Amino acid sequence: MSSVHSFHGGIHPPENKRQSNGAPIQAAPIPAKLVLPLSQHIGAPAEPLVKVGDRVLKGQVIAEPIGRISVSLHAPTSGTISMIGPQPVPHASGMEANCIVIETDGQDEWIEHSGLEDYKSLSKQELIGYIRNYGIAGMGGAGFPTDVKLHLGDDHIVNTLIINAAECEPYITADDLLIRERSDQILGGIEVIAHLLNPSHILIGIEDNKPQAIRALEDTVRGSRLNIDVVVVPTKYPSGGEKQLIKLLTGVEVPSGRIPADVGIVCQNVGTASAIFRAVHQGEPLISRVVTITGDAVNQRHNLEVLIGTQYSELLDASSVRRDDLYRLVMGGPMMGFTMNNEAIPVVKTTNCIIAATHEEMPPAPPAMNCIRCGMCEQVCPAELLPQQLHWFAKGKEYEKAKHHNLFDCIECGACSYVCPSNIPLVQYYRNAKAEIRQEEVEKQKAEYARQRFEARQARLEQEKIEKELRRKARAEQAAKAQASKKDSVAAKPAASTDDPKALKTAAAVARTKLKKAQKAFEQAKDASADNLPELEAAFKAAEQKANDAQTKLENAEKGVTSAASGAPDIKALKTAAAVARTKLKKAQTALKSAEEKGQDGIEALRETVKTLDAKSEAAQKAYDDAQSAPAQVEPVVDIKQLKTAAAVARTKLKQAEKALAKAQESGEGDIAELEAKVKEQQAKVESTQQAFEAAESGGTAAATPIVDLAPLKEEMEKALAKVEKADAAAKNAEEKGLPAAEKMKAGVEKLRGKYEEAKQAYESAQQSSAPSAPAIDLAPLKEDMDKALAKVEKAEAAAKNAEEKGLPAAEKMKAGVEKLRGKYEEAKQAYEAAQHSSASNAPVVDLAPLKEDMEKALAKVEKADAAAKNAEEKGLPTAEKMKAGVEKLRGKYEEAKQAYDAALNASAPTVPAANLDALKADMDSARSKVEKAAAAAKNAEEKGLPTAEKMKAGVEKLRGKYEEAKQAYVAAGGTVEAAQPDTLTID
Amino acid sequence: MALIRSSSPHLHKMNQTGHVMRLVLMATLPGMAAMTFFFGWGTLINVIWASLLAVGFEAAILKWRNRPVGFVLRDYSALVTAVLLGLALPPFAAWWVTLVGVFVAIVIAKHLYGGLGQNPFNPAMVAYALLLISFPVEMTRWTVPFVMIDAESSWSVLSLFDTLSLIFGSIDSALIDNYTGATPLDALRHRGGLTTEEAWRQVPVLADGIGAWHAVSAAYVMGGVFLLYRKVFTWHAPVAMLGSLTVLSTLFFIVQPDYFADPFFHLTVGGTMLGAFFIATDPVSSATSNKGKIYFGIGIGALIFVIRTWGGYPDAIAFAVLLMNLTAPFIDQYTQPRTYGHAKANRGMKGDA
Repeated sequence: MSSVHSFHGGIHPPENKRQSNGAPIQAAPIPAKLVLPLSQHIGAPAEPLVKVGDRVLKGQVIAEPIGRISVSLHAPTSGTISMIGPQPVPHASGMEANCIVIETDGQDEWIEHSGLEDYKSLSKQELIGYIRNYGIAGMGGAGFPTDVKLHLGDDHIVNTLIINAAECEPYITADDLLIRERSDQILGGIEVIAHLLNPSHILIGIEDNKPQAIRALEDTVRGSRLNIDVVVVPTKYPSGGEKQLIKLLTGVEVPSGRIPADVGIVCQNVGTASAIFRAVHQGEPLISRVVTITGDAVNQRHNLEVLIGTQYSELLDASSVRRDDLYRLVMGGPMMGFTMNNEAIPVVKTTNCIIAATHEEMPPAPPAMNCIRCGMCEQVCPAELLPQQLHWFAKGKEYEKAKHHNLFDCIECGACSYVCPSNIPLVQYYRNAKAEIRQEEVEKQKAEYARQRFEARQARLEQEKIEKELRRKARAEQAAKAQASKKDSVAAKPAASTDDPKALKTAAAVARTKLKKAQKAFEQAKDASADNLPELEAAFKAAEQKANDAQTKLENAEKGVTSAASGAPDIKALKTAAAVARTKLKKAQTALKSAEEKGQDGIEALRETVKTLDAKSEAAQKAYDDAQSAPAQVEPVVDIKQLKTAAAVARTKLKQAEKALAKAQESGEGDIAELEAKVKEQQAKVESTQQAFEAAESGGTAAATPIVDLAPLKEEMEKALAKVEKADAAAKNAEEKGLPAAEKMKAGVEKLRGKYEEAKQAYESAQQSSAPSAPAIDLAPLKEDMDKALAKVEKAEAAAKNAEEKGLPAAEKMKAGVEKLRGKYEEAKQAYEAAQHSSASNAPVVDLAPLKEDMEKALAKVEKADAAAKNAEEKGLPTAEKMKAGVEKLRGKYEEAKQAYDAALNASAPTVPAANLDALKADMDSARSKVEKAAAAAKNAEEKGLPTAEKMKAGVEKLRGKYEEAKQAYVAAGGTVEAAQPDTLTID
Repeated sequence: MALIRSSSPHLHKMNQTGHVMRLVLMATLPGMAAMTFFFGWGTLINVIWASLLAVGFEAAILKWRNRPVGFVLRDYSALVTAVLLGLALPPFAAWWVTLVGVFVAIVIAKHLYGGLGQNPFNPAMVAYALLLISFPVEMTRWTVPFVMIDAESSWSVLSLFDTLSLIFGSIDSALIDNYTGATPLDALRHRGGLTTEEAWRQVPVLADGIGAWHAVSAAYVMGGVFLLYRKVFTWHAPVAMLGSLTVLSTLFFIVQPDYFADPFFHLTVGGTMLGAFFIATDPVSSATSNKGKIYFGIGIGALIFVIRTWGGYPDAIAFAVLLMNLTAPFIDQYTQPRTYGHAKANRGMKGDA
């Protein structure tokens, strides 16, 4: 006999067992309908094997277990499946869950079944599987799949098997009666369990309030060869709790958060043992169980052998329920059971008791009062917690503290609530707190995942940014190199630079606006019959002229009719010009207003306006000229970038496809042919995009500069080689395996090889072209470039077509790429031709006109600034010093421009420079009109006897000089017009 | 009838807070009877007067706080506070002393903190301490037991009417002189140059009247044992308190018996037994766990001895209890029980385990 230990706390609620333990177990009638929830156990719900309308026999499997922790479900009697769907199930929330509903036929026809002749001949695995297939789950309350517990012998040393017969909850007598009547079955079940777990000691724990059951057990056990002890424990709730019973019988505590098997103990319920016996020896699955029907609202309080799935209403009717008195319907015991508000709920494998209580029997809990910390809960807590503290924490949502006070060791036995003098629903608080904490943990987990994702993304973006920056730098370096080399090779004139049509547009718009304002001013002045109309008119005309100029320039720029000329891209200057123009505009408006107000007296102000407008037009002109001088070369970088991205994307896709193919080949599953086709497609795409990219790259560089950066070319070549080798290997591999794609792959290899050859050629040619490093241009590489560019264009075109045919999304982009490539090709061609020409004359073609213009403009600026500075000095303005410095700067600029011009003049000396006749003529005309205007203005001023008249005259002289120059230039250029190349290049 | 839905458990022990409080009230009856017997009607009048005041204040403040008056009054907690305060006050304490005391106990010490269950300090002891500090004359004027008034007469206490007039009317100095005197604690404290032994022989209250205090203490012990038996509280706090007081006083008495009082004296005079079974066991303001209650009790016992021996006040229950009330939350943090399945108990606010 084992000694009995004790556990802390516990209560002695009224037992109320006598009402139902007097009568023997009777079979409940077969109901017309059985509702079988698919989830009657802990774990995954079973998967139905039957359809609506199927006829099933008693004991037939109707749902099979899914996953490790799950059990099967059997038809409790013969009948027809009438429905599979949600029905109310026994759950504290009153929820619905999927059930199989059987219309019974009353024949109770068994499927063919028989027990195992000798279960010991089976392997343990087979026997456990057999028990699992017989739908056995713990019948004590939790419904844990029994087979899982029987596996515990595999990885745990189980030295004690405890059979739980304590049945400590009040009212319930199902196990009591089961033991009294079927102790032999229980022993049989214990033998099976013992065979599987091989414990050294078996303890049956039973409370001392079941003397008949104790006697029956002792009698039965006496004959057993197993080491079984029936241990009678004092009646105290909750001695039937697994952990408490273990403590009672062995003195061992199950560590928090662990399972009993960790301390070498496995617990099984007596009902489970009996079910195992019936399954193993009689071949009967778990289709019925003993249920106590009790409570004051039923007249017959007894135990029934009930088919699983029987609805409560049937059982209550079978027990002569008085529905008028029925107040609370409890499934399970009064301490831990839960209330049902629906009689249609079915009996499941864990239903041990149904209490139909009256109001007097289980009155609603009195209203809760304040906790007075009396500590009675603490005295009865079987888990040795501080329930009152937990209550404070749960109420105050101090979950950290609640956890620290071991909230999760609470077994929710309800002893604390039972004794609480303030009637606080403590267990409810704990359940709520637990649920909240679990929810919080889930949220925390989610937040953690989100944080990790976010950080990974940040890191990725950062990396991309850095890479981008590096790429950008590399490109800038390359561009700088290209620029430098070009400067060397094309003598005085740097050729490549960006154009800024946008800035031009803005300037044009500004000029237009100015024009409008001037017009308005003019018209208004006319209306006011001002004296200075001619002046205004002149100013207006000048503005018009400038606006037209600007428009022309813009259009030219847009058309790409910009000659290769000196000067860096002067967006800044244009902006400044725009800003200046705007300021002037404002001034003009002010002047206009004052003129309107003062009428005749506004001459000065209007003259100011004239001047301002003049200055403005100067500024605008400068902007346009700058823009004009901005080179026509298209920046190849942008296109290449796009193309490169496309190529990278295509490559990635190819890799993915290849991977998928390899995987498929390895596993021999899936549609290999399809995958191969996909790989092919991707390969083609990669090639085409890569080609496009390379073409663009080499084309761009070729057009921009004959000297190519060798490193990337070499890299390309090597990469191409590596690809060829890889592809070759893949093809061979495919061939060996006799795959149908082998042929295709070979073709792909050939293509790649071709590509490699090309890359090699490009590299070599680049090497060659960079080798001579002579300032004179080597025509051969240029031609090669041109040819290559042509080839690229063709290839890219083909690729684009291919992509289009396949409906790839990149097709549009590729087309655009082709267009660009074509542009490059044109450029290359021109470059080649130009080079041819220039090589014939042994000098580069230089457009002198813009250079000259620059020079002249710079000079004009210097003079103007000088005058302004002098003026300031005379007036003793504080800005005079600054202005002088500005003049010096401007003079420096002028000197530079002059040098550039002279150099260009010298370089083009042998042949007459190819000047743009039209531009020259326009210059001349513009100069002329300026002179005329200025002269008119000066005259006007003189007539009026203004003090500025002298100055204006001097300005007229200057302008006249300029005009003469322009005229000369035009005439000079006019003789050589036929020899000059048309300077047109299509940009887009 | 519609089936109700509720959370388990579905059974409740018919064990209301009011029931617990009634048991406590019942347990004070022997002590109350003994007090009345030895010191006259004053105690009874005080208890009744305090009870009336307590119910009145409680009802008023509940109404003011918009709480259900009848429902809360039925928990009897205000009555318990009033009775305990009434027993602690000197039997001839004037009506306004009791009034102030009950007001402080119910309104300030209890309801301003949130009512029953929320008060960090024992309300009766807060009131007692306040009265002792504010009205030292009234609070130290203890009644002499009848045995010392007239040895011939069988029960020569002041008549009920005279007591009433003394409490509710003007103070008659002749009556006061006749019927009041020092308590044994006072006597031993202010014994001049006498040794304890001499004091025992020469001071009348020690020589003749001490029996009354012994008897009253015995009556409180009876009540306490009754409550223990009814599991209203556990043994931990009273036993720890009496134990620590005994141990300390014994130690000092052994070392210097001439100067220090003997342990039996400490246990049986003043409010020791009342404090041990009715004050230290107040669940609301004491430590929570069993282990915590032991520390709590030990603290009270030690403080009682220290204050009685070296402090400025004759009795020390109120101060000792209030000081330990302060420490209760701290004690709670370090005295969690070891939960089932845990190798050791958790300590501190949180974290370790």
